[in-house]
Amino acid sequence: MAELKFIGGYPEHMRKFIDVVNKTRPKRKDYTPEAMTMQERDEVLKVHPDYAPGGKRAISIGPNKGDMAPHELADLLEAYPLIESNEIDVTKPDYVVDLLIIGGGLAGTTAAIWANDKGVAKDKILLVNKLRHGDSNSIMAQGGTQAADRENDSPTIHFLDAMGGGHFTNKPDVLRALVEDAPLIIKWLCDLGAMIDREDDGSFVEKAGGGTSRRRMHACKDYTGLEELRVIRDEFRNREIPYLEYLPVVEFLTDGNRVTGAVLYNLETGDYKIVQAKATILATGGFGRLHVRGFPTTNHYGATCDGVVLAYRVGAKLRDTDTVQYHPTGAAYPQQIIGLLLTEKLRSMGAQPVNKDGEAFVFPLEPRDVEMASFIRECYVNEKGIITPTGMRGVWLDTPLIEVKNGEGTIEKSFPGMYRMFNRFDIDIRKDPVLVFPTLHYQNGGVESGPWGKTNIDSLWVAGEVSGGVHGKNRLMGNSTLDCLVFGRRSGISTAEYLKSNPPHGKLTIDHMNNYVKLLKEAGVDTTRKAPVLLPDYRGKAVLARMIDVF
Amino acid sequence: MPEKDNIMDTIAESNKSVVTGIDEKDIEHWIKISILDREYKVPAGLTIMQAMEFAGYRFIRSCGCRAGFCGACSTVYRIEGDYRLKTAMACQTRIEDGMYLTQIPFTPAERANYDINKLSPGIEALLTNYPEILRCLGCNACTKACPQDIDVMEYIAAGKRGDVGLMAELSFDCIQCGLCAIRCPAELAQYNYAQLARRLHGKYQTPAPVYLENRVKEIEHGKFEQDFDKLLKASEEELRKMYTSRDKEKA
Ligand SMILES: Cc1cc2nc3c(=O)[nH]c(=O)nc-3n(C[C@H](O)[C@H](O)[C@H](O)COP(=O)(O)OP(=O)(O)OC[C@H]3O[C@@H](n4cnc5c(N)ncnc54)[C@H](O)[C@@H]3O)c2cc1C
Ligand code: SF4
Ligand code: SF4
Ligand code: FES
Repeated sequence: MAELKFIGGYPEHMRKFIDVVNKTRPKRKDYTPEAMTMQERDEVLKVHPDYAPGGKRAISIGPNKGDMAPHELADLLEAYPLIESNEIDVTKPDYVVDLLIIGGGLAGTTAAIWANDKGVAKDKILLVNKLRHGDSNSIMAQGGTQAADRENDSPTIHFLDAMGGGHFTNKPDVLRALVEDAPLIIKWLCDLGAMIDREDDGSFVEKAGGGTSRRRMHACKDYTGLEELRVIRDEFRNREIPYLEYLPVVEFLTDGNRVTGAVLYNLETGDYKIVQAKATILATGGFGRLHVRGFPTTNHYGATCDGVVLAYRVGAKLRDTDTVQYHPTGAAYPQQIIGLLLTEKLRSMGAQPVNKDGEAFVFPLEPRDVEMASFIRECYVNEKGIITPTGMRGVWLDTPLIEVKNGEGTIEKSFPGMYRMFNRFDIDIRKDPVLVFPTLHYQNGGVESGPWGKTNIDSLWVAGEVSGGVHGKNRLMGNSTLDCLVFGRRSGISTAEYLKSNPPHGKLTIDHMNNYVKLLKEAGVDTTRKAPVLLPDYRGKAVLARMIDVF
Repeated sequence: MPEKDNIMDTIAESNKSVVTGIDEKDIEHWIKISILDREYKVPAGLTIMQAMEFAGYRFIRSCGCRAGFCGACSTVYRIEGDYRLKTAMACQTRIEDGMYLTQIPFTPAERANYDINKLSPGIEALLTNYPEILRCLGCNACTKACPQDIDVMEYIAAGKRGDVGLMAELSFDCIQCGLCAIRCPAELAQYNYAQLARRLHGKYQTPAPVYLENRVKEIEHGKFEQDFDKLLKASEEELRKMYTSRDKEKA
């Protein structure tokens, strides 16, 4: 085959379609398609991967037996532990602490600071991480964090927006905590010194997001998560709270009822360590790297659902395992960045989804599931997508429209990260649209908890993406960084409260694991399936075919 | 409805290469790169990270977000025939033929511990915590090394003048990858100084707006309590009605 000819980062055949987009842009400048009615939403959702047939099964064992979940998740719940009960001694702890925090994203790091604020001494806390502290989904958040602080807004309107977005399945008391704490959390970020975007008069720049009825998105350019996380992590470091890296939790320890500690596995040296703790906060984030239904993902390398798997084995209840959030605008081209996120804020600021005929075919800020389903419909039912050299289909996101609407220079100022990412592959998003297709983005469901993050298991709390309930079956943009900060804080406070009564350390056993293995055997689960998976595997097929195990 | 099943299968099929690893038989163009001085033939057009995986590496370190945000995948490389050492993020850089590369998974740079509440935004805060900042020679090696195209030398210069605001603005896109520090002949840890500057600027030079403070007080005083009680008692049908009839501010 002849070498592909590229013009401005795009192969010739795609370039032709860009001309069509350019041509219709002036007409589309003042035209936005109507938002869908509830009936129209229901119709388009039929091609959403959650609702399209196949892809799911009923969970066969454990507290959520009978609930539907994607095969990829059910496979992990129905899987054997990584450790064998006869190969480790769990009775001699290497670390004895009051509070164990698992996962160092926004949720875990926030929890540590608040627990410390509320009286848990720094060396009674241990934060453990699978990767480096901060290599997480949190650091990648681009769009912003919601908080109803402006005068025409209120936490109750925020509540309604989230309820509607979640199809009225959100847990109301938990949702209330989310929206009512939001302004306080923004204030906390300001006091720590986070640089939230400002207007000239010092007020926040606040934009709308998909499904919000007010402008309440607080952003730090398109590096919101990076800014929030690095500030909070800096504060964490200043307090000298102990943390460990590359030591993921592979199993909890219990005294039969409550969580009393955990088994850590050293990814580099292969040995294990035992932690004994009076209270545990699970903040391991989401599951994008499971690639549900074969979708690419926006998530970080360690987003493999470990927390849900571990909690389920000790009997924690899950919620809303049947839904997955796909982000409508993942990169579909070039190959190097397929699946990576193009923030929703691009649409908030005027970028329009456009099909191959140059038509704006959908209201740009529908709730995420509706928006993404409309892209699938456009590509695979209406056959109006653009096909890339690797055979992917996508629709255009007309980014130049942002500058038409907001003036030249807006993109470099508001989206430096996006601009830079495409520029590295010779695409100038100020001049040319980008090709997008939905990408796996967020684990809607997870471990159920109350408004203070407490689960049904004694001494186990959850915070952040690993938890389920607050967003119901669909999360709105800007509500999950908020979720991490609010419930990180709340679980930190709540565990500090609990520790004040000075509860004793519990016995360290893996009885729960042995019981779970018994259930797995009874259910006849394939014994080669192991979990948690810890890290995905993207090694080349040829190399894998010749792997041998000699050590 | 089998035809809709097909849609999902078709989508999965066309996304295969990013989900399950790359299959040799789909590749048309190959190039040679050298990882830690061993040569590998890899498909053209991959990122450094994807190419290393194709070659058989399974990352533990040097791989975090895979999207240019976390700074875990710092890489130093040289192109055959060129004497210059270059720097890049492995997840955001396309491989080139004749690339010689290695990764730097960790920079053991110094950082100070401070209480942000006890500092004020200016030269003093920088100099008490990082007096070595004055050692900058103005060589520009840091700026050249920065994968985020930040003018590192310029923000260090701003810091030396005590211009915390400018230092904060200029360094904002920093992903704390450590590459500037690795290249610095004055042995500075630029990104840690910038972190301090940004917090000082955020906290002291851009105070929280009054309307935010007011809202926090309103919530503390229970202003929304009754409305929430109603919302929490409302049936799904009532909630739906409120939701569909709520007014929307213009985006
Ligand atoms: C690209 C992208 C953009 C986003 N944009 C936005 C946005 O604009 N607004 C918004 O509100 N939300 C956004 N989100 C969602 C939001 O960022 C995340 O949901 C949230 O930050 C998750 O935080 P967390 O602390 O729960 O988990 P994470 O930040 O993922 O942190 C979990 C940590 O736990 C570690 N871990 C995992 N397993 C183990 C184990 N077994 N042992 C020890 N450690 C473990 C992980 O490696 C990770 O470091 C975005 C997400 C992505 C991926
Ligand atoms: S300033 Fe230094 S640490 Fe920050 S991104 Fe640039 S090279 Fe990396
Ligand atoms: S590399 Fe070091 S000495 Fe050179 S300009 Fe940068 S900070 Fe100054
Ligand atoms: S892996 Fe995070 S920047 Fe490359």
